[in-house]
Amino acid sequence: MDIHEYQAKKILSNFGVTIPRGGIVYSPENAENKAREIGGSKWVVKAQIHSGARGKAGGIIVCNTPLEVAQATDKLLGKKLVTNQTGPEGKIVNRIYIEEATDIEKELYLGLVFDRSSESIMVVASTEGGMSVEEISKEKPETIIRSKIEVAVGMQSFQARELAFGLGIEPDLIRRASETIIGCYKAFSELDATMVEVNPLVISKQKQILALDCKMSFDNNAMFRRSQVSELRDKTQEDSKEIFASDRGLNYVSLEGNIGNIINGAGLAMASMDMIKLAGGAPANFLDVGGGATPEKIVKAFKLVTMDEKVKVILVNIFAGINRCDWVAEGIVDALKKIEIKVPLVIRLAGTNVEKGNQILKESKINYIEANTLEDAANKAVAALNKS
Amino acid sequence: MTVLVDKNSRIIIQGFTGKMGSFHADEMIKYGSNVVGGVTPGKGGSKHLNLPVFNTVKDAVNETGADASILFVPPAFAADSAMEAADAGIKICVAIVDGIPSHDMIRIKRYMRRYTKSSKMTLVGPNCAGIISPGKSMLGIMPGHIYKEGRVGIISRSGTLGYEAAQQLKNLNIGVSTSVGIGGDPINGSSFRDIIEKFETDDETDAILMIGEIGGPQEVAAGEFAKENMKKPVIAYIAGLTAPKGRVMGHAGAIVSAYGESAIEKVEILKECGITISKNPSVMGDTVKLVLEKM
Repeated sequence: MDIHEYQAKKILSNFGVTIPRGGIVYSPENAENKAREIGGSKWVVKAQIHSGARGKAGGIIVCNTPLEVAQATDKLLGKKLVTNQTGPEGKIVNRIYIEEATDIEKELYLGLVFDRSSESIMVVASTEGGMSVEEISKEKPETIIRSKIEVAVGMQSFQARELAFGLGIEPDLIRRASETIIGCYKAFSELDATMVEVNPLVISKQKQILALDCKMSFDNNAMFRRSQVSELRDKTQEDSKEIFASDRGLNYVSLEGNIGNIINGAGLAMASMDMIKLAGGAPANFLDVGGGATPEKIVKAFKLVTMDEKVKVILVNIFAGINRCDWVAEGIVDALKKIEIKVPLVIRLAGTNVEKGNQILKESKINYIEANTLEDAANKAVAALNKS
Repeated sequence: MTVLVDKNSRIIIQGFTGKMGSFHADEMIKYGSNVVGGVTPGKGGSKHLNLPVFNTVKDAVNETGADASILFVPPAFAADSAMEAADAGIKICVAIVDGIPSHDMIRIKRYMRRYTKSSKMTLVGPNCAGIISPGKSMLGIMPGHIYKEGRVGIISRSGTLGYEAAQQLKNLNIGVSTSVGIGGDPINGSSFRDIIEKFETDDETDAILMIGEIGGPQEVAAGEFAKENMKKPVIAYIAGLTAPKGRVMGHAGAIVSAYGESAIEKVEILKECGITISKNPSVMGDTVKLVLEKM
């Protein structure tokens, strides 16, 4: 689960990280007042969407008067911002963060992630703040320093100090820098985060160490014990079909193609998408109804896939184990009584009682194309697409 | 020997009296697995499916001599149950459960560092289908009848894709020595490398089919291990050619976040390690067959 910049900043400030003064607003009048309340002579108006690279997309505007702040807010509110991370449909701006401008002396990068190789938390830092970590590792890999943290004992002061000195921070600021790094580590480990990124972490001309922009992501599996974090979810930043899916226990990812998929198991779903691509088609979605593929889930899956207007063919691929094919077939027949399908439907069943399952489908008089193997299913789906 | 489980494995079910635990315990017993009891705290002393129920794993081990366990407890309590199994002296534990927080998985693995290599429990999963040695024992939730007895080892992250492979092999009259589902989570108990190493020393396995997917370093680590240390042929398929970068594809661990984690990159690296690639998921069986014919 992702959260907004302003939410991440609030969390990190609770862990002792300094952030510029700022506040969230929902209207231009609100924004003008907020700017006066913050004070100073320069402000930054920041569109709150779940994406980085907002600056390049016009989502961050520097203003010199409270009136300008109001105008910038007016311009951004309700707008869809398209960044290199949002996809072509962009993300809607419903909240604006107004922040005092910072006199930047130096921009640094600080990130914390799970390191899957060492199964520990990895802190990554660089003197090249402001660039994405991908850009840094491509263009200035020599500036990257890493520190693996033993989770059983947590981050030690010396590890934070080593990172701070490694970033070339002047001696007077080392202590504050270490506290900042440890604060980020604590937020990561105490809140079941999967990613904390402060980019840039800046040293201001007034010698303050500030988190100027930050991002946090959290482990969905841990939200049952992090109610304060899960409350921060902003559904307006998520794909409506993906929300429909996750609320119904389905794993769904919206894609660009036009062959809709209903598959049981994440691996089999990815494999089926690969076969569609090899057959010359493109998947409209990834959809895993779960290994068990219960009839209820299949009904929900048909509803979801038919919601997507770009779907021109539907491919169902179920490998039934304990949930026998005959049971799955009955589920499909039942679903098709409730939901009208206007596009060609290809069904491939495999596994336990496959003959019985196919028999049920045939006798039900539903309009579909039977397929036997993964390859056959993908080829028939692409052929049906080309005919329609 | 067989990899991880055999006819003599004495199995207990953790979360025995729940709906999932009861159903799959019954399936395992029907398959011929030697299930000796189960654990549900607070229900110790009672009987379930004609088998004894214990309050703690230690009690179950003391009374039944259990050495294998399978977890059907809810995700919030799974880490605790896995550590309890390790502490009670269980040798192999399969965690079926999907949804264990990553921070908990790291905690389990740190906890297990207290044991020496010879006394350390092997944890398989979570979010996996479990283990089957066809004709001998099933410590998992797979449909046992799709596996033919034979000499090919399977390791798969995905459950259903592992079934697909077993079915393709069966259709070609090729059998399986052991199939291990290692699960789709980012941090798991046993990696591809851990299991591939066990297959290399297993005298009932001739070749290994490894079914990976996007995300994480494990497929590549197994490839590098195979290149340096293995004599048996390894065949691999990597799912997720069409998966977009930065998106989680169902499995929590199926996300491309670094170089070497996309399907194309993994395939290239594995090829360099001398591993035979199944170019698509429809020919996993055919590719294994070709390799076996050349041996």
